[in-house]
Amino acid sequence: MPTVSMTVNGKPVTGDVEARTLLVQFLRENLRLTGTHVGCDTSQCGACVIHIDGIAAKSCTTLALQCEGAKVTTIEGLAEANGPLHPMQEAFREHHGLQCGYCTPGMIMAALDIVRRRGNDLDDHTIREQLDGNICRCTGYHNIVKAIKAGAKAMAPGGASRQAAE
Amino acid sequence: MYNFTFHRPTTVRQAAGLLARNPEAKLLAGGHSLLPVMKQRLANPPALVDLSLVEGMSGVELKGRSVVIGAMTRHADVANSKVLQEAMPGLAMVPGSIGDPQVRNRGTIGGSIANNDPNADYPAACLGLGATIVTNKRRIAADDFFTGMFSTALEEGEIIVKVMFPIAKKCAYEKFKHPASGFALVGVFVSKRGPDIRVAVTGAGSNGVFRVKSFEEALKKRFAAKSIEGMTIPATGMNTDIHASAEYRAHLVGVLARRALAKAAA
Ligand SMILES: Cc1cc2nc3c(=O)[nH]c(=O)nc-3n(C[C@H](O)[C@H](O)[C@H](O)COP(=O)(O)OP(=O)(O)OC[C@H]3O[C@@H](n4cnc5c(N)ncnc54)[C@H](O)[C@@H]3O)c2cc1C
Ligand code: FES
Ligand code: FES
Repeated sequence: MPTVSMTVNGKPVTGDVEARTLLVQFLRENLRLTGTHVGCDTSQCGACVIHIDGIAAKSCTTLALQCEGAKVTTIEGLAEANGPLHPMQEAFREHHGLQCGYCTPGMIMAALDIVRRRGNDLDDHTIREQLDGNICRCTGYHNIVKAIKAGAKAMAPGGASRQAAE
Repeated sequence: MYNFTFHRPTTVRQAAGLLARNPEAKLLAGGHSLLPVMKQRLANPPALVDLSLVEGMSGVELKGRSVVIGAMTRHADVANSKVLQEAMPGLAMVPGSIGDPQVRNRGTIGGSIANNDPNADYPAACLGLGATIVTNKRRIAADDFFTGMFSTALEEGEIIVKVMFPIAKKCAYEKFKHPASGFALVGVFVSKRGPDIRVAVTGAGSNGVFRVKSFEEALKKRFAAKSIEGMTIPATGMNTDIHASAEYRAHLVGVLARRALAKAAA
């Protein structure tokens, strides 16, 4: 069986995997990082979004072996255990940006990628367009958009909260 | 997904060698067409040859009167390329319209063209600009490259290395997005480079991407939406499915061509 090594949330990890093992399976089943969800398994819903070398990707459409040597960040890597939430997580809490929470890890990881690409001052239209690849069956998106707008502001240097821990 | 062996060559030559030794092997680029198809067990390659570590296969460069895009360049990197934005913003519209941000972060131009999905966007840009597809073996004109739905002129073991797009002064892409998948229900790329006028259509034809000679002819007088006012194409040979009838697709070809022309003139 091939061996794969990568850095996940700042920690080096190694595992024996079949070549066909998806990154999301490696994260959830080998590393027990179950914050990353599988909503569709057909590349459409965005529940599985994580960052590979700082760039958002669908972990259900990436092989673990494609991430050999990469730095992967999952929702678990955003805040310290028992520490304060990441500003984007805090904004989702504050603005009621979730109901069942199934889509939330993917939403937050996608939101951070929007901030990376579009900066901290986001209008509703941009956020809605950029959430094209993330589906939520509960909220109607309204509060997700609000949360991302506020979270992006809070992440700005000198914003209400500390900078992303990435 | 059935299991396979996984290979990560670092040169095109090594990749070609791996394909030669594993005749059923498939190249893996962004994986955003191949992996979904493997999950459905519609493709079961015994080996995957991942191109992501191969040197020199990605980037957008200006070379003479062409924009040259490496096969492994991700959709997002093409869409945001400063070089391309300056040289030919009409082409940047194409990768910018593909799927969603996460798809654009992984998918590549080489994978999209090799796959030749009948609803994919890049084939329209290649045909609509008269691009040249450069492989490890030869150069193929876009007019000869796309041979039908999911089929291309690529031979066994042939690897796309880059795509060369001649710079057109005027060009634009207009797409009617399928609201769920993001793919083109119909997409039209128009361009004018000196006397060479092209109108290429994706999503509509049951044989994949094609050119609309009647529009091209009419646009010779003036490259403007007005020149093809009221013109349509016949519905024969158009796709019909639950998303749209052949007649509707044929209608969209005219509408989108006019919108693209208006954008190209702007
Ligand atoms: C949710 C979703 C939405 C999408 N929406 C759109 C859309 O709106 N428009 C659109 O056009 N596409 C869309 N796509 C497809 C996407 O653009 C794919 O990335 C693209 O079609 C394939 O590129 P890839 O790099 O992922 O290739 P892969 O999936 O890795 O490979 C595809 C095929 O090309 C072959 N191949 C790859 N690289 C080479 C090469 N250099 N030389 C020869 N053969 C090669 C592979 O062997 C394979 O057969 C979507 C995909 C998803 C998952
Ligand atoms: S589980 Fe990956 S996109 Fe839905
Ligand atoms: S909160 Fe339930 S799917 Fe989004």
